[in-house]
Amino acid sequence: MTAITPEMVKDHGLSESEYQKILDLMGRTPTLVELGVFSVMWSEHCSYKSTRAHLKKLPTKAPWVLQGPGENAGVIDIGDGDAAIFKMESHNHPSFIEPYQGAATGVGGIMRDVFTMGARPIAMMNALRFGEPSHPKTRHLVSGVVSGIGGYGNCMGVPTVGGEVNFHKSYNGNILVNAMCVGLAKADNIFYSAAKGAGNPVVYIGSKTGRDGIHGATMASAEFDDASEEKRPTVQVGDPFTEKLLLEACLELMATDAIIAIQDMGAAGLTSSSAEMGDKGGSGIELDLDKVPQREANMTAYEMMLSESQERMLAVLKPGREAEAEAIFKKWELDFAVIGVTTDTRRLVVKHKAEVVADMPITALSDEAPVYERPYQPREPKGGDVSFDKSKSVLASLKAILAAPDMASRRWIWEQYDNSVMNDTVQHPGGDAAVVRVHGSSKALAITTDVTPRYAKADPYQGGAQAVAESYRNITAVGGTPLAVTDNLNYGNPQKPEIMWEIVAGIDGIGAACRALDYPVIGGNCSLYNETNGEGILPTPAIGGVGLLKDVTKMATVAFKRQGDVVIVIGETKGHLGQSIYLREIEGREDGPAPRVDPALEKKHGDFVRGLIEQSRVDTCHDVSDGGLLVAVAEMAIGGGIGASIGVAGLPEPIPFWFGEDQARYVIAAPFEEADRIIEEARAAYISVAALGKTGGDRLVLEDSNSVSIAALKAAHEGWFPNFMSGEEIPMTN
Amino acid sequence: MKSAVIVFPAANCDRDAKVALEQMTGQAPAMVWHQDSELPDVDLVVLPGGFSYGDYLRCGAMASQSRVMQAVKAHADKGGMVLGICNGFQVLTESGLLPGALMRNAGLKFVCKPVTLSVEETQNAFARHYEKGQEITVPVAHGEGNYYADEETLNRLEGEGRVVFRYKGNPNGSARDIAGILNDKRNVLGMMPHPERVVDPVTGGTDGRALFHSLIETLS
Repeated sequence: MTAITPEMVKDHGLSESEYQKILDLMGRTPTLVELGVFSVMWSEHCSYKSTRAHLKKLPTKAPWVLQGPGENAGVIDIGDGDAAIFKMESHNHPSFIEPYQGAATGVGGIMRDVFTMGARPIAMMNALRFGEPSHPKTRHLVSGVVSGIGGYGNCMGVPTVGGEVNFHKSYNGNILVNAMCVGLAKADNIFYSAAKGAGNPVVYIGSKTGRDGIHGATMASAEFDDASEEKRPTVQVGDPFTEKLLLEACLELMATDAIIAIQDMGAAGLTSSSAEMGDKGGSGIELDLDKVPQREANMTAYEMMLSESQERMLAVLKPGREAEAEAIFKKWELDFAVIGVTTDTRRLVVKHKAEVVADMPITALSDEAPVYERPYQPREPKGGDVSFDKSKSVLASLKAILAAPDMASRRWIWEQYDNSVMNDTVQHPGGDAAVVRVHGSSKALAITTDVTPRYAKADPYQGGAQAVAESYRNITAVGGTPLAVTDNLNYGNPQKPEIMWEIVAGIDGIGAACRALDYPVIGGNCSLYNETNGEGILPTPAIGGVGLLKDVTKMATVAFKRQGDVVIVIGETKGHLGQSIYLREIEGREDGPAPRVDPALEKKHGDFVRGLIEQSRVDTCHDVSDGGLLVAVAEMAIGGGIGASIGVAGLPEPIPFWFGEDQARYVIAAPFEEADRIIEEARAAYISVAALGKTGGDRLVLEDSNSVSIAALKAAHEGWFPNFMSGEEIPMTN
Repeated sequence: MKSAVIVFPAANCDRDAKVALEQMTGQAPAMVWHQDSELPDVDLVVLPGGFSYGDYLRCGAMASQSRVMQAVKAHADKGGMVLGICNGFQVLTESGLLPGALMRNAGLKFVCKPVTLSVEETQNAFARHYEKGQEITVPVAHGEGNYYADEETLNRLEGEGRVVFRYKGNPNGSARDIAGILNDKRNVLGMMPHPERVVDPVTGGTDGRALFHSLIETLS
């Protein structure tokens, strides 16, 4: 047996005190296999050891929540016996090293998390962050990630319906690839991972196990340095064809009642799936690795337990149902093998070549995993200078902002994703939220991913709250009732007190906003150590939100639809320029405080706007976020190919009014008489409201004087991405 | 009209084709497994879009060798109608039921967007409910839709009125903007755009309905 040396402990990412704890729990020196198992199960990625204590503070319950955090994905009740199942997860580190496979397997992994619970995936979203456009690797990474997401999702036949993309230098050495999957199931046919009972067969289904991805979870729990590219062999390789077969086979098996528990093999593969299933079921698990379908010869027990080969599932069946299940998997030409049995010992026992290579208490891997109350060091939220040059032309700035890397149309990306397969996509990418019909019904889900990392850097608490608020607005703006979120918390090294504070404050901000908006967190994922050579990313707590439209015909889109509609802004515009796109793009400064979120106001304005859409009184609506009011109006004009004439009499400071990023605002457009009524009702409800002007013509006319053609705005907005990706234009640094 | 949809592994538009046929004909199509060697008694066979067998060789190449394709060929030989959409079109060229080949898009990227098609020929079972020259909007979603055939074949297709749909604004580099073609007996149509995705106003339009109406009228 291999002797365990201090170097081996270090190489497994375990600290000295953690190793001491292992010795205490085991009462002896662990075997190499056991050390490997501890290393992945106790990794940040699997154990949430730095964040667990804080995540407990998030609100996770509501009458419509059927399953909160702790399972493969969260589940909500959407009426009529239907359930929506969703989760978002990161694949940041692998995507930087190998963008195509990293992103592709990120998509594959999150889909498995959803269909392992019995849902058919119906929509994919993503939240992507790249380095500054001028960085030599950025185009390569954008191209690889987008092809990887498309390559996997398109082959699966699940539409990729939206997402968000930012560029910032803090991501130069550490991009973020967060993928979200939403699925549909019947509320009374949801599958969980608790392997209850002893003597039940443990079956392996899907692809064969190879040597790919060994120690991926450990890699995802460490900082990068210049040698990170050497870690390429730890990136998994995806096979969407096999995953499609696995999806269909699993759903076919789930239509029977043969399954006791099922879980996908994601990070830490066979190790985490078996340990977690045993843990949740209060049982033990005994595995015989000789029975594991293997892709390569002479694989060791260590390699098999830590392999992250894709497209695999572990299930516990009712005894005697093996043949029935096997027939289904054979039909779909997938591997199927009974590789173990549940026991009542609460131990994970692994045998290989007639030898016991691991025998460990399951609670040592779950309950006993370290939890750290890491020290954190608050800093004052950023204040600073929000001065600006008052002489700058508003319309020239508008055009520049619409063509800025963070603001330009993402058409170049979304046209590479099949966004209409399954024939239920009602709102395609480019709007506030994607809308996907619940198949065979007239209701639909609204889906969005949001976060504004520059706010979170300036003020981690407000940044967390704002991500939730924007998610809530985006769902409301299409007419949906926001129901629940999944979070994907991307931060730097939690062992640095200033980063740990960003995490703690971010979670507090998310929690406060979710609580006030009745918008619980039903699952999520933390990605920490997003640093390269000691430099952390902007704090990026991405929020994936899901809402419900009871009647998909009562829906709004951003595009202007008629000439002569009155353009109305709901919510007060104070002109908050701190951390605005304007300040960054036009004045060249990332400066000032982040805008403050008032969740009560968000709820009040959201309920009002949603009511108008639900009553079919408004079909044109856009939330006001990045870029401010004028950018929102311009996007509505570009979307509909209809101009507008807008202005406010006696405006003392036009620039903050048009470009400030105050929260809790929407722009709507409605015919004259309806608009009158809406303004009256808003005033009666003490909601700040103002008419900005009227739609019409083919130009955006400001204050009856200056104007710009919608065609010119559209060309600027649509042009940046394809030019950038063609390599013909060397972009400005942001 | 009785119809069947072939289910290749990972031909992921099989459900879309089924739903559209159900909606348009009021009758559920038979779903035929790729390993079956016989077809049920049907008027129309649809080869749906997707990534049959993962598209791991050339697109459609493995599907063209599957057991069920012998039966599809026999059905076409007897004059039965066959509609190949997207990956189905690729299967048809790979199996020799239609001439030419579908290469990687000229832009080298997958492209998904609504495109404008001009209906070039209406004297056939698939397009009689359109007007000649009519412009319709139908989405494409493919990485390999760049139609290629030698000059002689292209001339013959055009001369014999077998180019049914042409792109206005070519999304993939197809020769002569070709989006859909017929075989010489005019009972097999292959097209890259997805008519089954435009039969419902809620999800993008109804310009695909006339294609199904044409088939229903021809076959009823």
